[in-house]
Amino acid sequence: MDDFMALIELKHIVKTYRIADMDVPVLKGVSIQIDTGELVALMGSSGSGKSTLMNILGCLDRPTSGEYWFNQQEIAQLSADERAILRNRSMGFVFQSFNLLPRASALENVTMPLSYSATYISDREARQRASEMLSRVGLKDRMDHEPSQLSGGQQQRVAIARALINRPPVLFADEPTGNLDSHTSNEVLQMFEQLNQEDGITIILVTHDAAVARHAQRVIRIADGLIVDGDADSTLEAAGKK
Amino acid sequence: MKIHRILRTALQALQRNPMRAMLTTLGIVIGVGAVIAMMEIGNGSSAAVQKSIASMGANTILVLPGTAASGGVSFGFGTSITLTPQDYEAILRECPAVSSAAPVVRARTQVVYGNHNWVPNTIFGTTPSFLEVRNWTDMADGEFFTERDVLNANKVCVLGQTIVRELFQGESPVGKEIRIKNISFRVVGVLASKGANMMGMDQDDIVLAPWTTIKYRVAGSMLTSTNQSSSSTTSSSDTSTSVNTLNTLYPGQTSLYPAQSTTQAADNPISVRFTYIDQILVNAASSSEIPAAIRQITATLRERHHIRENEDDDFNIRDMTEMTKMLTSTTSLMTNLLLCVALISLLVGGVGIMNIMLVSVTERTREIGLRMAVGARARDILRQFLVESVVLCLVGGGVGILLGHGGSYLVQMFLHWPIQNSPGAIAAAVIVSAGVGIIFGYYPAWRASRLDPIEALRYE
Repeated sequence: MDDFMALIELKHIVKTYRIADMDVPVLKGVSIQIDTGELVALMGSSGSGKSTLMNILGCLDRPTSGEYWFNQQEIAQLSADERAILRNRSMGFVFQSFNLLPRASALENVTMPLSYSATYISDREARQRASEMLSRVGLKDRMDHEPSQLSGGQQQRVAIARALINRPPVLFADEPTGNLDSHTSNEVLQMFEQLNQEDGITIILVTHDAAVARHAQRVIRIADGLIVDGDADSTLEAAGKK
Repeated sequence: MKIHRILRTALQALQRNPMRAMLTTLGIVIGVGAVIAMMEIGNGSSAAVQKSIASMGANTILVLPGTAASGGVSFGFGTSITLTPQDYEAILRECPAVSSAAPVVRARTQVVYGNHNWVPNTIFGTTPSFLEVRNWTDMADGEFFTERDVLNANKVCVLGQTIVRELFQGESPVGKEIRIKNISFRVVGVLASKGANMMGMDQDDIVLAPWTTIKYRVAGSMLTSTNQSSSSTTSSSDTSTSVNTLNTLYPGQTSLYPAQSTTQAADNPISVRFTYIDQILVNAASSSEIPAAIRQITATLRERHHIRENEDDDFNIRDMTEMTKMLTSTTSLMTNLLLCVALISLLVGGVGIMNIMLVSVTERTREIGLRMAVGARARDILRQFLVESVVLCLVGGGVGILLGHGGSYLVQMFLHWPIQNSPGAIAAAVIVSAGVGIIFGYYPAWRASRLDPIEALRYE
């Protein structure tokens, strides 16, 4: 890793949506830096633009203007196919509603991203990697279960295994505990911390819940399309007071 | 993405809703099944119809000698004497499009048995192959005469049903002797009834005998008069003068050539340089080969008759154009009808596929969003949905082929309809069902691939 450059660097990102001939600015010049190995929480109320920022960070969307440096590569204006390849190789996603394939086993769910990877992976290797990932998230004995047979926490762990199957450097988690009770929430969050510490995976948590954000080393607050406070300590304190 | 993986993904997706996949495929199954069954039954009956039309003589080609003309009066087709038995043999030998042929020597005269007499419509001298040429393979009684009878000019004959009725009044004629122009013929067989032809002429009013017998023993020439008593009066005169029609129009006029005295006739016999026959009946191998057969016969005969490039043929070839047309129009009508039904049913099946695929795309919007988020490109999504619909259609097509084949087999077993396997229809069904899958699956797949991953993920 380059010491002088962050893993993710946004420079003056602007995103404007056109709704019925009206330009609606959502992000009004966001600049952030996230280094390799960080566990960052992206906080903001609904409508603050945090989802949009998350989509741009996750390469699901393109900014209207600004630069996005990912791993020393400018990717703000990549085509849809190039972004798809980048997502497949370098990013993992965990969603609030798990988004598992119904009526497919946990193992099938986890191997799914491999079928879109550019390099060929044999079925055997894919199964092996998936079962490794599932054991890492503690679901070794649940590999053949379908999502409907798993609890919410287990489903989210399958989703995490799926996100990590391509060994991406970054993991995006969009309200990962939104559908979970506090106990399983803690389990999942602990898993994130563990992955962050043991494997050095950069994790970006998007949340509006201060209790979730408390697990992060740094909190980036966004309000009204602008970064309000990027300082780790102060935000943590603020979250703690709440 | 490797093809087996795409296939597996598609199969997994289809397995998630097996009932719906089955019902969707049903449209294609029924469509393809109906097409296959109809094609096989249709082909079978069409072949049967063709066969029965062919038995009416649709494949028959008639080779006649050319026109003779005398003093500006032409006598019409078949009056010159240019066809020989060797021509008949050459046609059989050298024309591959010809399946069988028979020489014909005609006579028209009275037939007598006991105190009954009758003038048959046709008295043909021919060979045993005549039956094959005319698709007249059934004998009601007795046997047909043989090649040996032809070689020896044996006095044997075969009668049509009408003759049997008129001369024998229901008795069996086999073994009896009839007289044709005072020559005794033994009846060896009776033909099965064939009824009237398309022009209303009674085809059973026929006497068949070896052509050599008719040629050498009965017909002095082909232009014999109808009645034995009158023929005896004209038999001494030359054939070429006896048919001059002007004689009957203007009875007072003298004949063109002075009549030969008996001595003159004896001194200068009208030498027949070769044995000639009146016509050759040819059967083409199939109705589609009629033009080829005509071409080959023309070439063979022109060569045999030493006709130069710029000279006209000294023979005439006729085919049953009307019947052939009927035959081809019947078949093409049937084929087109089946094709229409096939297209409509496949169209309906295709619309069903499209409908379900659209539902499926809407229902799986989140799955599509997820797949895009983990790195599926638009073309991967397009391919996945396209493969799903093609798999549905192909499976439907396969089941449809089995069902259609089984159905037509049952029809043959229980209704005894003729069927004919149609590999072409099976190949077409496979191609068409894949085509239906691609055409009707493309729009839903395209819709899926155009989804925005962000919105798709948020879709409820």
